[in-house]
Amino acid sequence: MKLSKKYFADERDDDLVEIGQPRPRSDIRGHVTGRTAYFADRTFPGLLHLKMVRSPHHHARIRSIDTSEAEKHPGVARVITAKDVPQNLYTILILIQVGPEDEHVLAEDKVRWKGEAVVAVLAETARAAEEAAAKVKVDYEVLDPVLSIEDALKPDAPIVNEHHGRNYYLYDSGECRKVLFGDVEEGFAQADHILEETYRSSPIEHAPLETSGCIVAPEANGRFTCYTNTQAMFFTLDNASIILQMPGHKLHMVGGTVGGGFGGKVDVTVEPIAILAAKLTGRPVSFIYSREEEMQVSSPRAAEKIVIKDGVMKDGRIVARQVTAYVDAGAYSRHSPYGAQKAAAHFPGPYTIPNVAIDSYCVYTNRTPSSAMRGFGVTIGDFALEVQTDKLARLIGMDPLEFRFINAYRDGDMKAHRQPTEGAALIECMQEASVIADWPVDERFMKMSSRGRED
Amino acid sequence: MALRRGRGVAAVNYPTGMNLGGDPTQALVHSTPTGSFMVTLSSVDLGQGLRTVIAQICAETMGVPTESVTIDTADTDTGPHCMGTFASRGTHRVGNAVVQAAREARQVMLEVAAEELEVDPADLETDGQGNIRVKGASNLNISIFDTALAAHFKQGRSISGRGMFLVPRSYPETETGAMKPSTCYAHACTVAEVEVDDETGEVSVLSVKNVFEIGRALNPKMVEQQLIGGSWMGISHALYETTEPYYPNRTQGPRDYNAYLMPGPGDLAETEIAVLERPSGDGPFGAKGPGEMCANPQIPAVANAIFDAVGVRVDTLPITPERVLRALKEMEAAGAG
Repeated sequence: MKLSKKYFADERDDDLVEIGQPRPRSDIRGHVTGRTAYFADRTFPGLLHLKMVRSPHHHARIRSIDTSEAEKHPGVARVITAKDVPQNLYTILILIQVGPEDEHVLAEDKVRWKGEAVVAVLAETARAAEEAAAKVKVDYEVLDPVLSIEDALKPDAPIVNEHHGRNYYLYDSGECRKVLFGDVEEGFAQADHILEETYRSSPIEHAPLETSGCIVAPEANGRFTCYTNTQAMFFTLDNASIILQMPGHKLHMVGGTVGGGFGGKVDVTVEPIAILAAKLTGRPVSFIYSREEEMQVSSPRAAEKIVIKDGVMKDGRIVARQVTAYVDAGAYSRHSPYGAQKAAAHFPGPYTIPNVAIDSYCVYTNRTPSSAMRGFGVTIGDFALEVQTDKLARLIGMDPLEFRFINAYRDGDMKAHRQPTEGAALIECMQEASVIADWPVDERFMKMSSRGRED
Repeated sequence: MALRRGRGVAAVNYPTGMNLGGDPTQALVHSTPTGSFMVTLSSVDLGQGLRTVIAQICAETMGVPTESVTIDTADTDTGPHCMGTFASRGTHRVGNAVVQAAREARQVMLEVAAEELEVDPADLETDGQGNIRVKGASNLNISIFDTALAAHFKQGRSISGRGMFLVPRSYPETETGAMKPSTCYAHACTVAEVEVDDETGEVSVLSVKNVFEIGRALNPKMVEQQLIGGSWMGISHALYETTEPYYPNRTQGPRDYNAYLMPGPGDLAETEIAVLERPSGDGPFGAKGPGEMCANPQIPAVANAIFDAVGVRVDTLPITPERVLRALKEMEAAGAG
């Protein structure tokens, strides 16, 4: 790695002592000598194993659930259904007033995606729990599923989630989060060229080495200690407190080393049911996702569809940009309304464009709920924006790097969401890239600065 | 049929912290009787090195060696609230809370030392080696060890501090979308070079040259490991990864690492990293959050390089050999027609 100190040197104090030191990570010795302890390395006498009975259907009504055979299976300690969960209906962002509550800890009347949790089985061994789970009989009436963004938004589409009542998230701004700046139609009218393109992505897995999970130990004083690999201790505690209708002081979350997060461990999917299981049985409980559950049940990065329409001048200026973005949330909100909001704030990218119109939708389908993942709301948007930018440059016969210099935002420029740009450094990154990648650009671009415009 | 080379560029920015703010983090700092310092948090270190960088931030602010700082975190019984480790917020949010807590603790530490030295606290400075001395008269000094002992057993004072950092929540205006998504942004530009086999559609990424502007590299080695890891993840997103290869069709989803495709050691590109520092106005020592951004620019850079190599656009991720080959055949058919 090269620290390029020549840029912005006058904005830094380079006289710090501890800051700037390349100190080794505190956990690295443990990792390379195999001594790091993870939550699952703990052992407790009498530990029960939790396995989840999951929906085999994308969309179905539950007529009845029969757990009698499962309960008789050797080694089974307890079977838990929706009626055992004190506040079964929840949504994690309710803590910051992003509702409505739209998801059940355990399915009640319906399942809305293939893999949805229906019944929890607790047994002396993981194998016994799995065998007993296979004996739970759920009578389903299969319903038509909605599996794509396009199908979800058709007027006659079946409703995925009755708690929303429509197949998209209703923002205070309406059916989508909107950003309007300038007059995009006027921009298109003055443009030399118009380019409209559609970009898509498929769901992506966080792929941590350590799957999501926790172990809960009931303490003698009536509290519950939950050893977890969550990325957010109090987020987990506070949501568990709501779901279990249990005061927060009864709960003690202990984290530590996480074997890979990437956003995959901010949904509160394992802790509440495991704490409930420990409460109902009075025994320690382990609930750890299998690799298959991690890949197909835990929330992936959302699939997205992004339509970008640009107006560009022959001299390289983008004069209008319209973006319509769709996030496939799957069956429940989790963090997707936040992701679609973040996308609306991110467009039109790090460029100064005088006319902008953004519509960002969070769409419900009968799919595995998507949620947080490294950069969500931005990552796929950047793919779309930067491929589109490349196409625009080629459309007018301009070098793609020089084209970006022409449009790059600078300090003081007004962004589409009406914040003045501060601390920009895109131009300097491109100048350095031009040097290290041996991609020469015209001298006038090498003289540009993010700190202001040339006269 | 041939192996064809191309290169592509992409430039991006990325907001630091939870979008629209409203994501608090608290920190507490206190000294032990012998002048070690304990930072108590509930933040989670995901392996990116949060504990190490937070110890450095505390040490720099207190004016003590990093070795004397211990981080106690990820326990809700001892640590005050933190929103969590996500949204490129750890270093920025937790760091700011720790700076505030450490400033308060440093002030008490200097007052205790001043009492022992019979001078004004404003005349004191730390030497960064575990001592406090009078500015311009370094023979008048006291160790932090002795200062902490005096605080505990003689003066009865708690060398401690409280820190809280919250970016006030922004509420978007419904018609125009006017809002404040973030207080600072990191930046990047990536140039990727690829080789495409136009017979099989297979893409090899030969090199990725990344420039990242991250505010301040508080710990350059940890910055480097995160930026390199992110760069590889970007390549992986561009060419390999999905849980649903035929989305929206739900069949053929991988269930383990035999079927979930990711690049192996032999598939990783030569990776070059350059880091620029334009300090943020509100980050600890100017830091911004590069954790998520560093995996983004490689995706479009690789896509653009593929076009440069073979003249086809694959606008759907991941850009699998199947999709490249189909696009090549389509182009060929269109040319023949």
